[in-house]
Amino acid sequence: MITPTHYMLLSAALFMIGVIGVMVRRNIIIIFMSIELILNAVNINLIAFSAELHNAIGQVFAVFVIAVAAAEAAVGLGIILAFYRNKETINIDEMNLMRW
Amino acid sequence: MGEAIAFYFIAACILGFAVLVVTTKDTVHSVLFLVLDFLFVAALYVLLGAQFLAAIQILVYAGGIVVLYLFVVMLVNLKRPPEAHSDPRRKTQWGFALSVAVLVELAIVATREYVRPAPALAAASAALPVTGNTEEVGWLLYTSYLIPFEIASMLLLVAMIGAIILAKREL
Repeated sequence: MITPTHYMLLSAALFMIGVIGVMVRRNIIIIFMSIELILNAVNINLIAFSAELHNAIGQVFAVFVIAVAAAEAAVGLGIILAFYRNKETINIDEMNLMRW
Repeated sequence: MGEAIAFYFIAACILGFAVLVVTTKDTVHSVLFLVLDFLFVAALYVLLGAQFLAAIQILVYAGGIVVLYLFVVMLVNLKRPPEAHSDPRRKTQWGFALSVAVLVELAIVATREYVRPAPALAAASAALPVTGNTEEVGWLLYTSYLIPFEIASMLLLVAMIGAIILAKREL
């Protein structure tokens, strides 16, 4: 029997893989993909509870999460391109223009 | 029983491909593993009875966002490997430790006993005048959640304009 706990543990593990990607990798494109993994983990949670409660509101929220993820990907990749034109790198350790 | 087998297979694929996305050296391979990961997440949505979300997942994520990533990976042709330079002040082991702390925290929350909600909440969506997953989501989006829906469309418009301006030749 698959309970919501199973889905929450799967979601937590996927979330953690995304967090490790953000923390450890230095390629900013991989960091953005890790953020997509994190948002997917959130969506799995929302939809698992939507199915558990027989209530479609969770799925509506997942639609909004997907819309925000699309906006984030578009703007983030635009920033990557603009930065690459200026400094010829996508290594996040070299992005220190605004470091105090 | 069949549901359990399907769940464990899909969960193993999701986590395995997610690990490959994070660990692969080649960025193009990483993007392709991301596509497979999104497809298995869509399969999980079908297993949960959210067919509309599964279709959206495949169309928007596996079809749209990943193509955007592939374009950026190919526009950014690197003369030196992206991870060649490492900041000496970077503390990777702290990143691992914090991530594991997050996982432990989430696992404690997930395995706690939870109180089943009152039946009134479950009855709320049963009163919807439509049947079927897509109709249900559409009904909610265009009645109770109309204003958030419109704001999301504005957000997408603003993001589109912002992306165009950011990607212009002269910034």
